[in-house]
Amino acid sequence: MPSPRYWREVPSRYRLEAARCLGCGKVAFPARRVCPHCRGERWENTALSQQGKIITATVVRVAPAEFTMEAPYAVAVVETPEGARLMAQVADCDPATVQPGMEVSLEFRLLRQEGHGGILCYGHKAVPAG
Amino acid sequence: MAGIVGYGAFVPRKRIKTEEIARQWGKNPEEIRKGLLLQEKSVPGLDEDTITISVAAGRSALKRAGIDPARVGALYIGSESHPYAVKPSGTIVAEALGIGPEVHVADFEFACKAGTEAMFVALGLVESGRVEYAMGIGADTSQGAPNDALEYSASAGGAAFLFGNKDLLVDVLETYSVTTDTPDFWRREGEFYPRHGGRFTGEPAYFKHVLMATRGLLKKANLKTADFRFAVFHMPNGKFPLAAGKELGFTQKQMETGWLVSTMGNTYSGSSPTGLAAILDVAEPNDRILLTSFGSGAGSDSFALRATDLLPQRRGRAPTVRSMLDGPRRYLTYGEYASFREKIILKD
Repeated sequence: MPSPRYWREVPSRYRLEAARCLGCGKVAFPARRVCPHCRGERWENTALSQQGKIITATVVRVAPAEFTMEAPYAVAVVETPEGARLMAQVADCDPATVQPGMEVSLEFRLLRQEGHGGILCYGHKAVPAG
Repeated sequence: MAGIVGYGAFVPRKRIKTEEIARQWGKNPEEIRKGLLLQEKSVPGLDEDTITISVAAGRSALKRAGIDPARVGALYIGSESHPYAVKPSGTIVAEALGIGPEVHVADFEFACKAGTEAMFVALGLVESGRVEYAMGIGADTSQGAPNDALEYSASAGGAAFLFGNKDLLVDVLETYSVTTDTPDFWRREGEFYPRHGGRFTGEPAYFKHVLMATRGLLKKANLKTADFRFAVFHMPNGKFPLAAGKELGFTQKQMETGWLVSTMGNTYSGSSPTGLAAILDVAEPNDRILLTSFGSGAGSDSFALRATDLLPQRRGRAPTVRSMLDGPRRYLTYGEYASFREKIILKD
């Protein structure tokens, strides 16, 4: 991902900033201009809780080149209490134990590096709660 | 009076046992466990560094303070393992914590005392009235060279302290600092591992500065060792802080709560600050706490602190240090450890 695009996504990647539709109350993550539920265009800013539960998950065993040192690892769709869903790597656990319904915390982690001398890209990963 | 309004800590969940490292190099683990008093140490994952540890600790500090992060006017991070050579860790940590953009940010470096340096400056800015709140963080993911004594201790973790003028959890009664030119431990620009002077790191370095700073603080504050319920000293290994504390007249009971090194390792800039966080997790109102750091090069910062009535009410808002040390953790083999610490040369 080029640095300018990463930089533009800092509010949602670093602080889980989202938007709540003033028409229907649904939360969009990342923030959008038009509500996918009611077509509303008026929003208020909100931030997602740093927690959620796993909706579905899979285990990546043959990883892209820059993630080979981390494989096998789980990737999951996590739903936060606000109803927003995001995809995140699940860290600090045996990937085989990652199942739907599992409670997780969203922790700030290094997601990837742009090569040996490039920028470091941060965001959130899920880790088993407790 | 300025003091601590919020604090937090973070210790990664991966661990390696002293036996595992000793077996790799043909050493007797019992000798190391008894000599250095080290059982195991924390290890950062590939996705954990000084920045991620600082964010986790800083979030807990803000939760305990219950303030709007935008009111934090200064953020300082002390570490000897900042991920960038040029680009302050604080820029990323401030964004992630929701601090700024109206904020003064700097990264500090002073071997293992960079964390208390950051705390010292944050406190001074709040006392002067220059900023309403200031955060000082000490965090590290330091490296010890393979088959070096440091490999048994160099670990990962950190703690954040938010300073303010009202709703204090901890009063700062007095501070005292000492610095001399003592080449006991260093890392030259571009070198991957630090070097040290072996036994020279003891008497003329660690003990001289820790004793000088602590005695200076006690004299300045007109306090005696018996006036403190808790004391924590920088923990390069298990033995040094207990020996320094004993020489100063502190008892095992005063030191045991903050003495985390046996199962956490030496978190460098995060070492004595994380020990302080563990003490704040259990301290009662009016308990006095003494903290003395040590940074090679060399110097020490000493703080005399007193818990307030508010501390017990606020500490439940974030995880305790003990819950992280004794909670879920995964033990690594030396091979896994070597790959997590990027000690293995890979093809591009």
